[in-house]
Amino acid sequence: MSDAATEQGRDRARVDAPLKVSGLAPYAYEHELEDPLFLVPVLSTVATGAITGIDAEAARAVPGVALVLTHENAPRLALPTIPTLAVLRKPRVRYRGEIVAAVVADSLETARYAASLVRVDYAAPPSGPDVRLDPEDPGVRPLRRVMGVYPGQHTVGDVDGELAGAAYRVEGHYATPVNHHNPIEPHSMVALWHADLGPLATVQPRSTRLTVWDSNQGVVAPQGVLAGAFGLLPTQVEVISPYVGGSFGTKGMPHPHVMVTAMAARKLPGRAVKVALTRPQMFAGTGYRPETRQRVALAADEQGRLRAVDHEVFAPVSRVIPWVDPTAGPSLSMYASPTRRVSYRAQHLDIGPGTFMRAPGEYTGMFALETAMDELAREMGMDPVELRLRNEPEADPESGRPWSSRHVATCLTEGARIFGLEQQQQPGGRREGEWLLGMGVASASFPQMGMGPSLARITFTGGRYVVSMQASDIGTGAWTVLAQIAAQALDVPQDQVEARIGTTDAPYAIIAGGSTGTFGWGSAVVEAAQAFRAEHGSDPAEGATTRARTRMPQGVRGVRRMAFGAHFAEVAVSEVSGEVRVRRLYGHFDGGRIMNPRTARSQLVGGMTMGLSGALFEESYRDPRFGHVVNADLAGYHVAAHADVVDIEVGWVGEPDPWMGATGAKGIGEVGIVGVPAAIGNAIFDATGLRLRELPFTPVKVLEAWESSGPAPAATVR
Amino acid sequence: MNITVKVDGTSYTDEVEPRTLLVYYLRETLGKTGTVVGCDTSNCGACTVLLDGRSVKSCNVLAVQADGHEVTTIEGLADGETLTPVQEAFRECHALQCGFCTPGMIMQATDLLATNPSPTEDEVRVGMEGNLCRCTGYHNIVKAVLQASGQPASSGGEQA
Ligand code: FES
Ligand code: FES
Repeated sequence: MSDAATEQGRDRARVDAPLKVSGLAPYAYEHELEDPLFLVPVLSTVATGAITGIDAEAARAVPGVALVLTHENAPRLALPTIPTLAVLRKPRVRYRGEIVAAVVADSLETARYAASLVRVDYAAPPSGPDVRLDPEDPGVRPLRRVMGVYPGQHTVGDVDGELAGAAYRVEGHYATPVNHHNPIEPHSMVALWHADLGPLATVQPRSTRLTVWDSNQGVVAPQGVLAGAFGLLPTQVEVISPYVGGSFGTKGMPHPHVMVTAMAARKLPGRAVKVALTRPQMFAGTGYRPETRQRVALAADEQGRLRAVDHEVFAPVSRVIPWVDPTAGPSLSMYASPTRRVSYRAQHLDIGPGTFMRAPGEYTGMFALETAMDELAREMGMDPVELRLRNEPEADPESGRPWSSRHVATCLTEGARIFGLEQQQQPGGRREGEWLLGMGVASASFPQMGMGPSLARITFTGGRYVVSMQASDIGTGAWTVLAQIAAQALDVPQDQVEARIGTTDAPYAIIAGGSTGTFGWGSAVVEAAQAFRAEHGSDPAEGATTRARTRMPQGVRGVRRMAFGAHFAEVAVSEVSGEVRVRRLYGHFDGGRIMNPRTARSQLVGGMTMGLSGALFEESYRDPRFGHVVNADLAGYHVAAHADVVDIEVGWVGEPDPWMGATGAKGIGEVGIVGVPAAIGNAIFDATGLRLRELPFTPVKVLEAWESSGPAPAATVR
Repeated sequence: MNITVKVDGTSYTDEVEPRTLLVYYLRETLGKTGTVVGCDTSNCGACTVLLDGRSVKSCNVLAVQADGHEVTTIEGLADGETLTPVQEAFRECHALQCGFCTPGMIMQATDLLATNPSPTEDEVRVGMEGNLCRCTGYHNIVKAVLQASGQPASSGGEQA
């Protein structure tokens, strides 16, 4: 069976589309509930210090206000395992924008107005706050591990010796800014504490005490956190999240508003309490991609084979949660080299914590590494695709394990052919009026991590097969793809299968994160379908049901699994304004078997568009006194709009990976964004001869680079 | 204040506060939650509705300003089960992922095609610029709008 032939059969429109185009898909806040109350949080205006008093008299006096919640009257909860969730416990502030109070009222307008009347007094700490990023600060420390699994310090061979004696050598300092996820749906939640269940209800494991409609990447996270905090069994907390309006990492772990809203609901039993954060509140307390400063040095021999890869990362970490992205990840596994060094240093600051954001680490690190590779190709006068092909590693350079599959070379050569990659010997030679034109290339990779097994249940009822699991559809198309996978595995038409996901009333599933949804959940569905057929045959009785879990092949720990790709960009740079326009982007990917070309394509194009947006526009500026973000809304934080995105296309290898479980699919939600800024930056060099090493590539940076590199654009080749 | 507004073909008379925004009147008073809120700075366009047939960002209009006027929301487009050509094209072209921007996109596209029934690809990109999709489905959204206008969607637009 050729994979291409079946791809056609898998090209399906989304099952959730009819609801979504009619405005009928209920997101968290959009669930209609009787007589709801509205919660508005009050955020700290200092970065650190003690709260010396809260004056809520005026707020409480506003007609319609049901509750002002502060550390003085908040329910006492067990200490949460996620430190940011320890809110309204103590009169202290750990970062600017931490929730210090909340107002609940019978209308949103009333709650907002009353929240503006809450007065909080603070005592400044004896010193600090520490919020300024400074690589030379004496408090900067080397890291031993990053995200628990990556080495913080890793050296193989004599890197300095190779760098000193190399035929060719490049070295550069790179910087990436703070980015915020900004899903269009804000973080939203409705909490209802059930009243009057009688004294026995508390001890009955199946009686729901708290129902939560929430926007998340997986219902297990809020369920576990809330049950733990309120001393309930997980089965007593029901979480309902059928539709999620985008996430990109920010809705993976619950944020403080979840805790605060549940606390308010606890004090107002029987009433639904709703919250939707404003953009500034999202910027303050729902995580972000932390800034990085990086140094990359590469050494190569006469033939362009790498002799040394040296990657140093400096990043800030929050004192509340020490989140650091694995930025040097790509340098561990992208290229073969006899010597290699990776090291991380971090500065602990009084700032809100970062979190996963689409391709954490890989996105920032690949920008530096793939820009450096382009610099090396230029230095040698070698074709950038050829340079990369010469450094393809046989096995994973860090672990020595064989690749489960790796089609980087195909992505590069096929992609270059389809895109028509043609670079100039001398940058600056192609122009149309004020616009200088250029092309660039960069590779992409993203690790495929096992996040543990998920469970799927298949039940035959009313002549249809229902596949249920806790999976969340954050926009990826899980509603469609899981039903499709089940239909294929059961060998029935798709309209005989229905998915039921996005609820705790279903078998356990891991959260939608790390690009694991389709292969992790999908292989549980395949296992369940096969087990179902084995147990109940092809003519099952009404109510026949079977459960199974994700299974990966024996020996999977012995191989290294990654998704790969190559990006190609064509840009036009205005020598008048410094504006960069991306005219074309093409990405060619190795994502294993493609389960549904339509949803896959839009995941990849979506990732690339976000990469374009990050390359050109996105930057959160920290206030140097308080460490919070000052451009904290969509007016100040620019993201790509329709007119910025002209021509984006994708293609793929489509070869199933036998080590990815029953589906043979690799995760593709993240690999699409990785490498895009480097491809664009490399195209800018081809157009202008300017090497930009700091994101985003704003007109100011382009003009400044021109100014400092001499008058005529074409004369700036280095 | 007392206002009378025709929303999706039905006339409503309600008491609203002068500070109430049209989007919250639609959502909280009338239960028209298909119109969603994505920002506080009138940048995202998720809240787009038609006011007397022209698109407006309903987070930027006071409910009292709609007094005596007609509002169409995403929930008022389809005729029973029958979707409008724009809705149908969004479904068909996979012009949505999470779907949160979709109601606003569809309302904006509806207005765009009412004023310019055969837009060029670049006219679509510029005409839809006030609506953000973070997922980001711009590519397919443009295709959907062109398809709804009865034109084939090529790829690539005018340059720079
Ligand atoms: S809610 Fe963003 S423009 Fe109205
Ligand atoms: S589909 Fe998610 S924001 Fe457009």
